[in-house]
Amino acid sequence: MGTTDTRLDLLRGSLPTRNHNARTVAALAANPGCARRGVMDAAGIDKTVLAARLGQATAYGQSPFAIVRGHAFEALVKADGGAGLRELLHDVLGVPPEAVADGEYAELGGELPEDAEQDKKRPGREERVARTRSALRRALEDARPGLCAILDHPLLPLDVSGTRAYLEPDAMACLIAGRLHVVEIKSFSVIDGGADPAKLASAARQAAVYVLALQQTMAELGHPPDVVSTDVVLVCPKDFSNQPTAALLDIRKELAVTRRRLARLARVDDLLAPLPAGLSFDLGEEAAPQAVADAVAAVPAAYIPGCLSTCELAYFCRAEARACQSGHGPGGLAGTLGTAIRGELGGIDDIGRALDLADGKCAPERGEEEIARVLRRAEALRREVLDDVAARRSAGLAGAVAAS
Amino acid sequence: MSAVTALGRLRAAATGYAQPAATVRHRHLSDRPLVFVPYAMAGEAFAPLAALIGDDPDAPHLFVVPQPRDRQRRFAHVAELARILVPYLTEHLSSTETVERRNDEAYERALDAPQVIVPSRGGIEYLHLLGRSTRFRRTEGEYAVHPDVPLMGRWCTYLADRARMPGSSVLLALTDLLTQTWSTGQSDLENGELAALMGWVDPERGRTGAETARDAEGAPPAGPATAPEFDEKLAPLIAAYDTAERAENSRAAARAEERIRDLLGVELMPTWHRVWRGLELMRELPPGASVAGRWETDRMSYSLFAADLDSPDSRPQPRIPGAVAAAQQLSRREQAQSRLDTEQLRDDPLLMAEARLSGQAFRGRVAAVEADRMVTEPGKKQARPRPLLVVRTTDEPLLLRETELECVERPKARAKLIAVADGPDGTREVRIELTGGMGRGKTPEEGSIPEEGELLCWTVAASGFRGGPKWPSPEETPWTHGGPPEPRKELQEGEVRQPDEEELAAAEEPWV
Repeated sequence: MGTTDTRLDLLRGSLPTRNHNARTVAALAANPGCARRGVMDAAGIDKTVLAARLGQATAYGQSPFAIVRGHAFEALVKADGGAGLRELLHDVLGVPPEAVADGEYAELGGELPEDAEQDKKRPGREERVARTRSALRRALEDARPGLCAILDHPLLPLDVSGTRAYLEPDAMACLIAGRLHVVEIKSFSVIDGGADPAKLASAARQAAVYVLALQQTMAELGHPPDVVSTDVVLVCPKDFSNQPTAALLDIRKELAVTRRRLARLARVDDLLAPLPAGLSFDLGEEAAPQAVADAVAAVPAAYIPGCLSTCELAYFCRAEARACQSGHGPGGLAGTLGTAIRGELGGIDDIGRALDLADGKCAPERGEEEIARVLRRAEALRREVLDDVAARRSAGLAGAVAAS
Repeated sequence: MSAVTALGRLRAAATGYAQPAATVRHRHLSDRPLVFVPYAMAGEAFAPLAALIGDDPDAPHLFVVPQPRDRQRRFAHVAELARILVPYLTEHLSSTETVERRNDEAYERALDAPQVIVPSRGGIEYLHLLGRSTRFRRTEGEYAVHPDVPLMGRWCTYLADRARMPGSSVLLALTDLLTQTWSTGQSDLENGELAALMGWVDPERGRTGAETARDAEGAPPAGPATAPEFDEKLAPLIAAYDTAERAENSRAAARAEERIRDLLGVELMPTWHRVWRGLELMRELPPGASVAGRWETDRMSYSLFAADLDSPDSRPQPRIPGAVAAAQQLSRREQAQSRLDTEQLRDDPLLMAEARLSGQAFRGRVAAVEADRMVTEPGKKQARPRPLLVVRTTDEPLLLRETELECVERPKARAKLIAVADGPDGTREVRIELTGGMGRGKTPEEGSIPEEGELLCWTVAASGFRGGPKWPSPEETPWTHGGPPEPRKELQEGEVRQPDEEELAAAEEPWV
């Protein structure tokens, strides 16, 4: 069967690679039951290319305007060796300005965007991890009041289902008494003290991944994990200006969720074990979409609508879930309609089967009697009401015609 | 979600066609709504990029900002919008009716009110930001703007605030209207994008709703967020405009602006047409019986807001409302929500079906009537008419004895539940006692008692709309809630109000 690495290499073939980042770890943790995503992420496959070969390309990516603005804002926050950032830290952490005014400013790589190709001049990932560790060690050994080291683009390793992912927070601040704060710089605006809830939630989920990775690193360095603050410093533009403002984001909930879900992720070995030997997703650029689809379908997915905003393969998995049938009528899996509806169906996953139960065309299995009864009554009520309304409308129309 | 709604969605997924989720239209639709389809530049806090606006489906106004980061161009754009919006929003103020109020002075209520339709919820947030970024602007001094700009800002803020009042119709997102009316075979997330939603509701000839929706997923988004691949096309055109501007080559700049305009027009037009088509479909449904009553509340709110704008002491809506105002607003929204829930339930048998399924309502024929039954209630001297009805139903009411009931078909009638017993053929017989709606006399009014054989639907009586708690005046804001605000200066006769510090700060804030 080969080692895990050789099997993953075989799966990937010559498909372009893509490393984990906080966004992808958060997305994986959002749907821990999805073996397909687990395997693809472990193999480091760029799913955009795969989706295109499946004929299900997703319009994905970020606007060039947003990217430019994001980079410009981050540069502005970090200008002058982080002087502005120190000011914000003093503000938001409620410590005197002297407490954060001084300390090392360690630039730890990150000149290039994370998606860029490996540059020869850029240090390797393990080297950057080592530099980050030594910067952390220095900061903690030198810890004394009035000193606050700032780590710019540190690189933190995190074990994700048995493979090593590398995460790159925007910055970290090492404060007095060794408390570490993750700093997230985002270019969405805080207007009158409030921000877009969806963007805020996504920032909190990503920050939780950084905190988790930092806690692991600190544990390896022999420090208790609670030296890492669960209050993340979020830096955003204020109102309609470019002026940065900082706020503390309590990510304890997101941290607990991420930790629990990462622990639930099956180990890659276990995901690989049931797959046919010799399986590869790379069938060449000219391969028929159906052949690629067969290969991808060998790994089970757990599609939910949330995948549409977090996974490049979502259109493919959705089509698969919609086409899924279990000997009843069409409709596919109820999960394609959202999680709320699954609750309403009490464990019946197949839409065709739920409708057959509602229409009295099939008998409920043990334990399904109650939900089947509810569905039958609901269907009878629907029919009664809709037939009634239709009858009244056509009577009304007939009346109108007769009157004219 | 109840099983009745869930079934609609399952059926839509299985058949590929949208299914009814309502049998009436629950919102007012104006004869002449104003449709507004805005686009904003990605990555910016609020930088208008383009907008289609107008009340004529065949003649939209297209306004485009060739460089959204340019402050002057932004204000020029909002002034253009104001030229359309302000006249539309104020034109109904001239024809009014005088309305007497119980604990207040009579007021003039407009006979009709404006209605702005945006494609999806993002459009409501857009109007909120448009209002926030313009209502504090000064009309004199440095960076002076046209007087219509701050006025429009206050109107936009009013619309966006009002849109959060449950049941209101002055500002509506078409996606909300459509999803309330039809169930599709896709998730709520996918229903949030107008193109795919319209695919389900209005399939192309020879194709299912599911297929049309799938095809529409590559369509230009309804905004205000643009598609990233569209931005890739737009970026070089904006760069060309910048270059021409820097070189002070006005002909080249005009050409570049024309190209940007064409590109954005092509991107926005499909949404414009979809919105009007969606409104057409919504019009085919009869309005719910209580829609006019809620629109009357909208007309009141509109008239009172306009009257406040006219008062010399009027000030722009604050950036953050005070504690008392915020609490009042929340409580009003809660009341509006419960009124809306009750009214929609009574207007729409499909919604009522959910209540019947959950045992909170029942519908059936009157099997027996004891019309001349009289009861002397405890503590009363005189016997009152308390007719007894037996309603035979196939529903399964889960209601306690003494539950107060009202009737959909006979809105005046009030009744009390006496008992539920099993009837013939698996039916249930609900014994109820009529307690109200029979007039004040010793005998029930003619026709006030249902007759045998009538088909009636009974549901739990609404708890009524109480006035809500007594709120302190803003001057009595408790210290727990920030204490009283700075007292307002009394205005002398003919004096013009000066903006306070907060407003000045907001007026001066950079908009870059």
